[in-house]
Amino acid sequence: MEVLFGTVKELVALAEAQNKPISEIMIEQEMLITKRTREEIIAQMDNNLTVMESAVEKGLQGVKSTSGLTGGDAVLIQNYIASGKSLSGDLIMDAVSKAVATNEVNAAMGTICATPTAGAAGIVPGTLFAVKNKLNPTREQMINYLFTSGAFGFVVANNASISGAAGGCQAETGSAGSMAAAAIVEMAGGTPQQSAEAFSIVMKNMLGLVCDPVAGLVEVPCVKRNAMGAAKALVGADMALAGVVSRIPTDEVIDAMYRIGQTMPSALRETAKGGLATTPTGKALEAEIFGKGNAQSDAVHS
Amino acid sequence: MKFRSVFEIIGPVMIGPSSSHTAGAARIGRVARTLFGRQPEWARIHLYGSFAETYKGHGTDVAIIGGLLDYDTFDERIKTAFTDANQLGMTFEFVPEEEEAIHPNTARLVIGDSQGTMELVGISIGGGTMEVVELNGFPLRLSGHYPALLVVHDDRSGVIASVSNVIAMQGMNIAHMEVGRKEKGEMALMVIEVDQIIDATLLHELQSLPHVTQVSTLAN
Repeated sequence: MEVLFGTVKELVALAEAQNKPISEIMIEQEMLITKRTREEIIAQMDNNLTVMESAVEKGLQGVKSTSGLTGGDAVLIQNYIASGKSLSGDLIMDAVSKAVATNEVNAAMGTICATPTAGAAGIVPGTLFAVKNKLNPTREQMINYLFTSGAFGFVVANNASISGAAGGCQAETGSAGSMAAAAIVEMAGGTPQQSAEAFSIVMKNMLGLVCDPVAGLVEVPCVKRNAMGAAKALVGADMALAGVVSRIPTDEVIDAMYRIGQTMPSALRETAKGGLATTPTGKALEAEIFGKGNAQSDAVHS
Repeated sequence: MKFRSVFEIIGPVMIGPSSSHTAGAARIGRVARTLFGRQPEWARIHLYGSFAETYKGHGTDVAIIGGLLDYDTFDERIKTAFTDANQLGMTFEFVPEEEEAIHPNTARLVIGDSQGTMELVGISIGGGTMEVVELNGFPLRLSGHYPALLVVHDDRSGVIASVSNVIAMQGMNIAHMEVGRKEKGEMALMVIEVDQIIDATLLHELQSLPHVTQVSTLAN
């Protein structure tokens, strides 16, 4: 398979040499690989953006999952912002609420766009629809935000992992937060290299994050990890835009994430056999949701 | 490169809650249905690793059944797949397995009807992307990215040449090809991924070749 880039180093070098944003390199690579036209590719991403927007709106109206474990927090956070008491800032909390909104919709088996996965689907749209109010991007810039996120995610997926079962939550919300940080930088006018720095800064702070879903559901602690991933994405983007660089190159950070995931015990990789899933409360919730007599799926259906 | 397209990273649009456990599972079910060529009457689904541990909470079970009913990852009917299957008269059961699988998210689907059975092993590799790693006992690597041909044939000299010749005559380019057999001289399977859309004429021509017993297709 012919590709323009397989690493972040190659991606940034291409963008710099051709004086193009990272999003444009991603679009060109997509055209090369899939042999589809630019218009088809843009149209599909436009559709994904619409799905994300609908999920945020739905979540902000308040949803509840069937298990009852999650739902309604996005509304609480919006009400808190409206009260004017936010300490960490309205923009960060808006991103947090919109990330939560998306993941609450996901937990309720609503329609979402995986970015890069469903469990981490809140962070990229959450940050996007929050910074939108500050940066006033065009629709094209919002679509490009997704291509830039995708470019970094492409490298992670091919060189490490974007699956919690394979690499822990660092591979899901970690990747998503880092991808979002890189995209925020581009939308805010930063350089491709600054996008890479933002990615590294966030990823380094998500390393080792375990995947320990209570009752095996994509709810606790997933929803709140999306919230924190969104907050870290904004802080990481700001740091990179301020000129802060990562001492460890991005591709090496991604490799470290991969190796950490490989050495992580399986109990901490989405099996619900460790971490928060095996706390007394976690076990009690599991019993409540999947208690004996409720094992519907084990039976033969006729 | 395991992942080709940006839409495997930003996408798929899907019903929650899990891309690997719900969307990937739906795709495994749908590929099985496509390869089987019709709605199965019954299905036995063995789940391994994380699939076995958490399938109920993730809707992996309804997603696989939805896939067997030909539902896409974003089809809201996934939520009612059990009821829909019942109405269509398809019976199914889930068997969580203890043993270690080749991948943390592995499903073995045994499906069938009065005309035949099929066994397929699929793995969900993250972000909704899946691979078929075994079909009717043959190990293979099928991503579902490209249109693919599956040719069951007798293990005889010249069969591979005649199949590839027919494909070449249609002006098609082979992107990837694998050949496997159970025993020397017995049943063999060719998996051929091509760049172009496969049409009925090609299928018919392949089907009429000597020593070719079954041809099916998996279009993108």
